[in-house]
Amino acid sequence: MDTVQRKPRLGVFKFASCDGCQLSLLDCEDELLAVAGAVDIAYFLEATRRPLEGEFDLVLVEGSISSPEQLEQIKDVRRRSRFLVTIGACATAGGIQALRNWGHVQEYLQIVYARPEYIQTLATSTSIAEHVPVDFELRGCPINKHQLVEVIAAFLAGRRPKVPNHAVCVECKRAGVVCVMVAQGVPCLGPVTHAGCGALCPSYNRGCYGCYGPSKGPNVPSLAHQYQGMGVTPETLERTLHTFNAWAPGFREIGTKSAEQA
Amino acid sequence: MTEATGPTTRTITVQALARVEGEGALTIRLREGQVDGVELRIYEPPRFYEAFLRGRSALEVPDITARICGICPVAYQMSSVHALEKIFGVTLPPELRALRRLLYCGEWIESHTLHIYMLHAPDFLGFESALAMAQASPTYAEVVRRGLHIKKAGNRIVSLVGGREVHPINVRVGGFYRVPRRDEISPVVEDLKWARDAALETVRWSATLPFPDFAGDYEFVALRHPDEYPMNEGRLVSTRGLDIAQEEYPEYFEEYQVPHSNALQARRRAPSNGTGAYFVGPLARWNLNADRANPIVRDAAAATGIPFPNRNPFTGIVVRSLELLLAVEEALRILGAYEPPAKPAVDFQPCAGMGQAITEAPRGILYHRYETDPAGMLRNAVIIPPTSQNQLQMEHDLARIAPQLVTLPDEEAALRAEHVIRNYDPCISCATHFLKLKVTGR
Repeated sequence: MDTVQRKPRLGVFKFASCDGCQLSLLDCEDELLAVAGAVDIAYFLEATRRPLEGEFDLVLVEGSISSPEQLEQIKDVRRRSRFLVTIGACATAGGIQALRNWGHVQEYLQIVYARPEYIQTLATSTSIAEHVPVDFELRGCPINKHQLVEVIAAFLAGRRPKVPNHAVCVECKRAGVVCVMVAQGVPCLGPVTHAGCGALCPSYNRGCYGCYGPSKGPNVPSLAHQYQGMGVTPETLERTLHTFNAWAPGFREIGTKSAEQA
Repeated sequence: MTEATGPTTRTITVQALARVEGEGALTIRLREGQVDGVELRIYEPPRFYEAFLRGRSALEVPDITARICGICPVAYQMSSVHALEKIFGVTLPPELRALRRLLYCGEWIESHTLHIYMLHAPDFLGFESALAMAQASPTYAEVVRRGLHIKKAGNRIVSLVGGREVHPINVRVGGFYRVPRRDEISPVVEDLKWARDAALETVRWSATLPFPDFAGDYEFVALRHPDEYPMNEGRLVSTRGLDIAQEEYPEYFEEYQVPHSNALQARRRAPSNGTGAYFVGPLARWNLNADRANPIVRDAAAATGIPFPNRNPFTGIVVRSLELLLAVEEALRILGAYEPPAKPAVDFQPCAGMGQAITEAPRGILYHRYETDPAGMLRNAVIIPPTSQNQLQMEHDLARIAPQLVTLPDEEAALRAEHVIRNYDPCISCATHFLKLKVTGR
């Protein structure tokens, strides 16, 4: 890094994804112009035509690695980056498109495309960290924009981001939300799901459906036992865990599909 | 980028389209000053939604389809729940129906404002981005700030009704999980009252932008409702006399695959216009439904001095501004009459069947078709996003603008071609189930 006083360079890159997490940056309507004043937004294709060149102090990566081209591109992005932070379930866990990882990619191609041979895709959709070193992973489908601002601020200040890794249950208790599983008998993935949403679904009278992925040390067997007592089938638990963070360690191992695969 | 590949040939290429949602490129090949070929290449990798929807419970569908697009998740949720409710025989009471319309208004506001101010305006004003605009002068900074503020008002509606801006959690088959409380509404109403003036100013401001003369011979396609500006319901109509029920869509339209794109394209079957290309989105909606708009919005349209109906896609930014104003007015009307419904959702029994629905996403009509088994599990899903439907029309526009690019320097030629694409506000992640500009002169 040069020692001349200059604005830190921020890059935003997208791989296989819905754009929702990088959109979260544009959704920081109150903070965006301040961020653009504090950093040089040097590459962000969704917002600007500036061409890709040079190196970056901080890179935000959205999306999973799912094509041969992306596999090469992520290595180039890593070489250009001082800090690389992945944002969202696609970049941290492979996203919902990782459902192909259980061996169905040819079948999937045939369902969607009449001429599968035109399509270049990998058999798997995987997280960025499976391919290059990652400095921090911000969870969520989508990410929480306030956490995103915290992450950017932290890296620019040279400190670790304050992003808790406990379960959604803790967020419910803190917010004073009555447990939907205990009080209403509604199946809820809150006990095994990473915090960050602010206990959103339970505060809307529905069970958590796991969009922030596994919390630290998720006790899935215990939740399975609880579900059993409520008359929820193991297939339902497996299906709900295997959605937006299906390939995340902690959720990946559950159920019959993984047994066949392993 | 342009490469001279011979004395009489030229290729204009944009390797990575900026200020669009998702990843696409564009190629125009010129030979002896004539257009030899155009391609809109969508290299956004496929994500196979239709495949992994199979075997899912109908109840999970609106949560899953939302993830097709981070900018218009509400559109996916709306087409999903309406199609599934047709299978399960669910009819929503008027108050829940109004809440869905309110949610869609929120998405139209945030999505249209994002496109008007952040993605499209820089093309007209010669900036690389809205951020560069904001840094260029205090006047432009004020314009960008206004855009961000209106966008925020739209996002507040989506959060109010949907729980959060991106991938709302509160939409379900049969209605909602919880309806907004009275005390949650007042701050949103205050924001919207400000946004009404700002939206009107957006219409005036957008009408002052320089529009190249590019009127085309398009078939515009949109929903039409007996007494509302269309969002969630209506027949499918066109400016060439199409007038069909939503369920007849597959008989009149088809999806097909081209080698250069990861997005399927859609076209009219047995087209009267020769190619099957058609045009969906705000310009199509307005041309077909202006008489259904609130008189305040119609007056604002008349005051721009731009003739409507209009066949110049560059005026799309003005029409998007008109729809922005319309959505703000509509949201205020719905909130003004709001009484919290007694129940957030209608009860129903899942069953076997087939259901189709078309709703008006910010970018145009979005078609969903589902088949379920007796337990309400999905047997099959077909999703045709607006950008797939506009893709062929975008290529035709590129071919039509290409002769004007011949004498331009590389950078300017690429920029003009990109501008033509951005007129459509393409949503590429959506279409791959979808885009890259490359101009070549072989």
